[in-house]
This record gives sequence, C-alpha cells and structure tokens, in this order.
Amino acid sequence: MVLEKYILAVITTNPSKVPSGATVFSCENKEEMESIAANLEAILDGIAHALNEELYVIVKH
Amino acid sequence: MNEYTLPIIFGITIGTLTRIYMLRTDYRQYPTYLHGKIIHTALGFIAAGLGSVAIPSILNEEFTAITFLTLAASQFREVRNMERNTLTELDSYEMVPRGKTYIEGIAIAFESRNYLVIFTSLVSVLGYLLFNIWVGLIFAVIALIISRVLMSGGKIGDIVDVEYIKPRFDGAGLYVDNIYIMNIGLPQRQEEVLKYGMGFILKPKNFNARSTIANLGQRQAILHDVSTALGVYRDSGTPALVPLAKRDLNDGRVGVFVLPQEKNIAKALKIIGAVPTLENAIRMPTERNASEERSQT
Repeated sequence: MVLEKYILAVITTNPSKVPSGATVFSCENKEEMESIAANLEAILDGIAHALNEELYVIVKH
Repeated sequence: MNEYTLPIIFGITIGTLTRIYMLRTDYRQYPTYLHGKIIHTALGFIAAGLGSVAIPSILNEEFTAITFLTLAASQFREVRNMERNTLTELDSYEMVPRGKTYIEGIAIAFESRNYLVIFTSLVSVLGYLLFNIWVGLIFAVIALIISRVLMSGGKIGDIVDVEYIKPRFDGAGLYVDNIYIMNIGLPQRQEEVLKYGMGFILKPKNFNARSTIANLGQRQAILHDVSTALGVYRDSGTPALVPLAKRDLNDGRVGVFVLPQEKNIAKALKIIGAVPTLENAIRMPTERNASEERSQT
C-alpha cells in the first residue's frame, strides 16, 4: 500500500493537545522530542514538520 | 547497378550522417553510450533509406511506392513509445526525476529527428538526380541547417529573469524570498538546508511565460537539470531534502529551491537559463485575445 500525505506519528511534549487516532510519542522535553522526531523521520522515510514548539508530526509525502 | 544506385547510396549516407550528427550525448546523459546510440543510428539508417527511395520511385512512375512512407510514420511513432517507456521506467530511480512532461518532450524529439532524416535524404537525392552530386551536397547542407533550426527549441532564460536569493527560515517554514517552500521541523535539518540550499526566483517576462513556468512538468525539468549538472545533496529516504519549486500566486513568480553538491551561483544561474522550455508546457493565453480580435474584424 502506498500512503500519500498521511500523518504517521505525532511527537509532542504536551499530550493533552494531540488528537486521537494517531500514533503519539509523548516526550519529557524539547531535546527528547527532537531526537525522537529525527529518528522517526529516518525510519519512516517521512518529513518531520513542526506545527509549533511542542508538536511535531511525521508526514509521508 | 542502375542509374539510381549511386543517388540512393548517397542519400542513405547523408541521412545516416545527419542522424549521427543530431545524436549528441550531453549533460542529460541521454542517449547513453553505445547501445542507445546503436539503436538510434540503426533507425536513422532505416529512415534515410525510406527518404532516399522516395524520389527514384516517383521518377519511375511507381507512385504506390510512396505509400511506403506511411509505414515510416508508424515505425517512428513506435520509436517515441519506446523512448517514453524506457525513460518512464528509469525515472523512478532518479534522485530528482525528470517528470512526465520532460520525458514526453525527449520522446517527441526522437521521433521528429527521424522525420528530419527522411527529409534530408529526400532533398539530397532530389538534388543529385536533378542536377549532380555537388548540388545534392549543397541541398543536404541546407536541409541540415533547417533541421538544426527546427530541433533547437526555446530556453527558460528567454522567458524569465533568474535571480539568486538565499533561502531563509521563518519558524519552521522555509522561504525563498516571500515564497513558501515547505515546513522543516528538525533544527539539524534546517541547518543542512541553510548550508547546502540555494534559492532562485524566476520572474516571468510576460503573461505567456507566467503560464509556461507554472506548469509542473516545466518546474520539474528545471529541478532535474540543475540537480544533474550541480549534483544533489540527497539520498533515498530523506524526503526533507527534496528540491522544490513553488509559485507565488500573486504575480506568477516561481521560487526554486535546490540542494546542490556544488554551490556555484554563477553556474547555477547559467544552467537554469539554459533549461529547455518544454513544448508541452508552453502556453500562450495572449494569443487567444489576438485571434478573437482578428475574427471580429
């Protein structure tokens, strides 16, 4: 199956803000969030987009 | 040996040489060495043969032989299919794909060059038979010059002004001038992008150019050509480092963002200017008004 424009994962330091229905990685701080986002980007072949300071999404394009 | 043998051999030689002359391997790395070239030289030889026998068969009053040329048409349409299929197959393995419009343009060029070979052979045999071999040669040179004019299309540099602009970040958004390119979240990716990235603004010179560079195939062709010539800072599985071209909706300018291996601004400007305007991308909205006015008067 080929996915296009699909949110593969959400990485956040503020779990109360994320919607249900997505894979969520909640992190303690910004550094942890960035390192997880960087790893997931490489693993999932997606792009890590920053929606704001405490919310990253990995999107398959 | 009859009276037509020498003219036909002459025509075939001229035609095949024309095809070889038009078969240049350039920065596009296409056609590839040897095998790709052998295929096209062989097809050029067939085309030359078809062109060469046309005039002798008319002179012999064997008019049905001309229907043979229709065979040529379907034969060379097949060439276009072949090129299109090969390039489309290969395109999925390119770091920066050519895009369908570019491929179609290349395929059309391959087909039409065979017709130019037929034309050159036909004209040179005509010259030989009506006058002598020297006139045939002169005719061949004239046909070659015409072919050369016909096969070289326009360049992007003719329809737009290209300007270098350093890409910048506004939050997570990557911008070239005021044109939004994409959202890059990770700080280390942003650093890479700023270190290797180059931005260019293509400013259309007129309204027609605006529609032409808006074409996605044309934009992909620009990205492909720049990436081929300057290398590309990218690997599979790094979609964040993909070159992109986005459009300013207000005035039709296009912001091109590339990540070359070699950051040479002067060279990049030259390459963008030399990208062919794809014939399938050319739009002329102003022609519509002109033709309507003509029909009213």
